[in-house]
Amino acid sequence: MSSGYQIVVCGSIVPDPWQTLEPAVTPAGPALKNEMMLPAVLDPWAGHALFEAANLARQVAGSKVWLVALGPKAKLQQVMMTIGQKVPFELVALDGPAGGFTDASETATALAGAIQGISGLDSSRLLLFGGWESASRGAGVTLQLVGEQLGITDQFQGVDQLKVQPDGRLEILERIEGGRHQVSLCDAPPAVLGWATGHLPEPKNNPQVGMMNMRQVMPALQRAQAAALKGEGLTFAEVSLPSQVRETRIVKDLPADEIAREIVEWIKQ
Amino acid sequence: METILFLTHTEADGSLGRAALESLTAAKQLTEALGGSSLVAGLLGSQTEAAVGQLAGVGASRILAVTDEQLAQPRYATDAAAATAICQAAQATAVIAPATSRFNRVLPGVSHRLGGAVDTHVSQLGVSDGTIEVTRWFYRQRLRGRLKRAQRPWILLIDPGCYAAWSGEPGTGAAEAVSSPADLAAPRTQVTGIKAPAADAQTIRPDADLLFVTGAGWTKKQADGQTHVPDAEKLILNFLNATRASLGSSKSLVDLGGEGQAVLSFLTHLNQIGQTGATPRHPKGLATCCHGEEPHTVGWRFVNERRVINTDGTCGWARGKADVLYVADAFAVMKKVNELLAS
Repeated sequence: MSSGYQIVVCGSIVPDPWQTLEPAVTPAGPALKNEMMLPAVLDPWAGHALFEAANLARQVAGSKVWLVALGPKAKLQQVMMTIGQKVPFELVALDGPAGGFTDASETATALAGAIQGISGLDSSRLLLFGGWESASRGAGVTLQLVGEQLGITDQFQGVDQLKVQPDGRLEILERIEGGRHQVSLCDAPPAVLGWATGHLPEPKNNPQVGMMNMRQVMPALQRAQAAALKGEGLTFAEVSLPSQVRETRIVKDLPADEIAREIVEWIKQ
Repeated sequence: METILFLTHTEADGSLGRAALESLTAAKQLTEALGGSSLVAGLLGSQTEAAVGQLAGVGASRILAVTDEQLAQPRYATDAAAATAICQAAQATAVIAPATSRFNRVLPGVSHRLGGAVDTHVSQLGVSDGTIEVTRWFYRQRLRGRLKRAQRPWILLIDPGCYAAWSGEPGTGAAEAVSSPADLAAPRTQVTGIKAPAADAQTIRPDADLLFVTGAGWTKKQADGQTHVPDAEKLILNFLNATRASLGSSKSLVDLGGEGQAVLSFLTHLNQIGQTGATPRHPKGLATCCHGEEPHTVGWRFVNERRVINTDGTCGWARGKADVLYVADAFAVMKKVNELLAS
């Protein structure tokens, strides 16, 4: 492919996984307690998708990566300061809620609209990337819904590997049950790839990349359109923390033989 | 009143898999709980005859099927076209389906084609005020929510392990054939195979009674000041071979490979449990050399009985999350465990 791929990565922010989460009731529905105060990170699987996209773009001349992110503008800015140091991309920002209780269908519609608004997008070169699930809603449906709205019917989820074949076809490995991968060959873009972990480590910070990204991140955030997610038709009866404290029996100073015997008996029960 | 469609794909031999039978139980219970509702069954696959027989006693008012050789391959374009055709033929208002990798890939897109809604990873179906209410987890199994939707049709994917598999006397019958949609012809994607470790090297066993979780401690310096990664590998593999347990790993242990440190050679990201890994369902879990929230809270949210071997008796994540915490050297304990299992 002489003109390269146009890789659009959908990814947003989630609370830092180390934070303790508590539900809260708001007039707009369920939310997290102190949600706007929680430190945020780029969604982990979306991060893998972004790094894979950058890696592919580096390999195929003429390719370009966009990151389409829907989230509160202030939080997006905070996260972009970090993620913008990693790999080159052009940000397309949407200002709206990114919490786990928002409706995936409304999110998908907003994302699809933003993607359609990217100037010069050519569907014959388009690869739509993202995480196969978010660490917030965790539904694994948004990419499919965006893909449908863009008319893309070659879709793959739980992707761990994408290899471009010499004839231009895409070989894709998707996670399936039992620790296995399904191997598929897709003729050509457009395609949707929801990434699992992939194989790439997180790139180190690169100040040059950071400088380049930052030139357009701030204008992109200023241009961010408001995405009103109303949650129409969706009603939460309750959101709760599961009771998870167990009475743990602490076994100390017992010889390894005795512990082993107890464990084997337990396994065989 | 709902028209509830139990929708599933068949296995390669045309029968229903366990996840399908579990979601059938969910669909049947929901139909009974919603007075006046009807149950319809829908099948897609290259073969469906065996599945029709399995459904003989379930009490479905109709059994619909798209049977087409193109459906031998789990593939978005063809599966979406077939599933949409069945949902439309059934005039379903609620669709209950198994959350297999095949359906997780395709049914969200089908909901869009139908103008409906979709929810995945459903762990419980209920009825509240005469309408469907579902329970699912948010924020990677940290928060649990109960929700309703006004939109119909509403597609609900039931996570495996949440319901007992339906079992009934097989019989004979015939399905109403739903015409193969035109979209089934000439797909642009071909499934060329399955990549899996050799049978004796496969460490992920979703049906195992025990989940064995390994943490980064297996690769750290031991009391003699040295690492013993080859010994750790041998102990773990011997244990897995003896018990047929499934192997899970903490993120930190899997990530060591990317950082150039000594790692357990058989571990991949597929073994990872927790925030960015799997949350498998097993009756028992034994965690070794783990420290942190990932394995103990998120990774084994759906593990019933939990035990831990850890040299840190104050591990805050094991305390309160496990039933038993053995403060001991996992190398010594697992060596003895393997000896006992071999005797």
